[in-house]
Amino acid sequence: MNETSDQILRRVVVKESWFSRFQVVALAALTLVAIVGKFYLPRLLPHTEWLELPLLLTVYFGLMRRSQIGSLFFGAFVGLAEDSLSPAQISPIGMYGITKTLVGYFAASVSMRFNVESSVIRLVLCFFFYFFHAFFYWIMRRALLGQIVPFDPQETFVHGALNAVIAVPLFAVLDKMKLAGNA
Amino acid sequence: MEALLSRFRHLTVLLIVVVAQLLYLAYQVKTNRDERLIRVWAVTAVAPMAGVVEAVRRNTIGFLEDYFILLDVREQNRKLKADNDKLRMENVYFRNQLATAEHAHALILFQAQSPSKTVAARVIGNSTVATAKAVFIDRGSTSGIEKGMAVVTPEGIVGKVVAVYPLVSQVLLVTDPTFKVGVESQKGHVHGVLDCSSGKCEVEQVQNEEKVDNGEWFFTSGEDRIFPKGFPVGTVVSVQPGQGMKDIKLNLSGAPAGVEEVLVVLQGVHQAIPAAPKEEEQTTAKMLPPPPPDSGQATGQSVKPETEADKIFQKYDKIGKDEGHVYGGVGSTIPNFNVKQPEQAKPAAATASTAPIVKEPAKEPVVVPPALLGARPTPKPAAAKSAAAPAQTLPEPVLPLGAPRRKPPTSTSPQPQQ
Repeated sequence: MNETSDQILRRVVVKESWFSRFQVVALAALTLVAIVGKFYLPRLLPHTEWLELPLLLTVYFGLMRRSQIGSLFFGAFVGLAEDSLSPAQISPIGMYGITKTLVGYFAASVSMRFNVESSVIRLVLCFFFYFFHAFFYWIMRRALLGQIVPFDPQETFVHGALNAVIAVPLFAVLDKMKLAGNA
Repeated sequence: MEALLSRFRHLTVLLIVVVAQLLYLAYQVKTNRDERLIRVWAVTAVAPMAGVVEAVRRNTIGFLEDYFILLDVREQNRKLKADNDKLRMENVYFRNQLATAEHAHALILFQAQSPSKTVAARVIGNSTVATAKAVFIDRGSTSGIEKGMAVVTPEGIVGKVVAVYPLVSQVLLVTDPTFKVGVESQKGHVHGVLDCSSGKCEVEQVQNEEKVDNGEWFFTSGEDRIFPKGFPVGTVVSVQPGQGMKDIKLNLSGAPAGVEEVLVVLQGVHQAIPAAPKEEEQTTAKMLPPPPPDSGQATGQSVKPETEADKIFQKYDKIGKDEGHVYGGVGSTIPNFNVKQPEQAKPAAATASTAPIVKEPAKEPVVVPPALLGARPTPKPAAAKSAAAPAQTLPEPVLPLGAPRRKPPTSTSPQPQQ
């Protein structure tokens, strides 16, 4: 058995496990909760604007799905939904869509090379993807929309760290939900 | 080409998706129009859930806020109650302080007025023996207190010193069963012995023949060699004849059980028992002295003319008498009514009694010639003028304040018949 066939087998196993454990309905509900939480959580809990639940969900889906196409479509869907709930003047439809499409694709690509079950790997990846997401979004606003908005690396760093810290237990909970679906 | 696409299939899809979004984004930016349909879908999908979450949040947060507010209210209520209790305690404390100050003031007054030499003391504790009616006071031998000294208050007797220590003394109260006090009644000066052994204070050794009334005061007689004579002991509550001796119940005026400030008699001076007030003075109201007799009634003079007609009648009557005319008489010469009557000096009293009250206008002062040559004439003083001139006003009798004033009887107003 060569390397290519080994990869194919592994993908099939992963795909089956995902479709069998993580139901589509649950995924849609989680996506909805994440999007609602993105724009509603600051109202419920002040000073939580830094929490990027849709991004964390996209990263988790990319890491666990390990399908670049599926993950980029999932990221595109979440990003477009997020754009739809954002003001048109600030974030036209496609801004978060493009960003999260790239995040989903890269998350799925990374998951094929690292052991994403590790909490440390998850922590680092979440921090990296948050930083990438924020920076790429800032670039797009500046380049495509011509909006001169400041970019604070320190603030982004802190927010990335916080999101990474939040992501580890959140991913563990999502892992438990996957096992529960198996039962 | 197909091989290239299949090899970079993932990347191709990514590029397609990204480029598509880029194009759509560019379209939005270029046309400056928003694709409302996608937003409507997104908002329609998300809004109900947000509404539910908001309702849950409002109810839960509202409940939690109310809960914490109620917790705060409860805490506030507890604090206010504590403050209220504290203020009540302070109020009670200040009232006690005020009562103590008033009592101390009364003690000082009594101490100043009493001929006996006394020292004020405060009751600081009771005796440890439950049956013994004794207290400790905060004055001892250093204050000059000795054993056997009497302890009193302005209201009455309290007890006697039975033990003296340097700083405190022990006082046996008169309510103790072993305590006896010689007493004397106020009215009949009936002597007896105060005894509180039966729980109620009684005056013993008073013969049935002696007269003691209810409410009568008993004072110390000084026969016990403890209390000086003349200190109040109490009032009689009930008097009943007994077997040979009267059964006299007494209400102590000193209230020795609840006393807080006392006076220790260092050097007692016997005083006379104050006299009992007379019955009539007590029962009858104070009456004013009778008013002085009316001047008209006392002199028996007739009613003086008051009107102009009366004056004219009197004048003509006098002229007729002077000229020997008889009014209504036949053959009588007609008197000359134009004859001027000479001024007669009338007695001041008669003038005062007969002349009507006429208020004259103010006149210029009478100028008296100066006694010395060249000196300026000085106006006659008003007193001299009034003395020289006949009195024009009726002197009113001086009545005591509040005495009834009678109107002078007149012929036109007859006295009502009693």
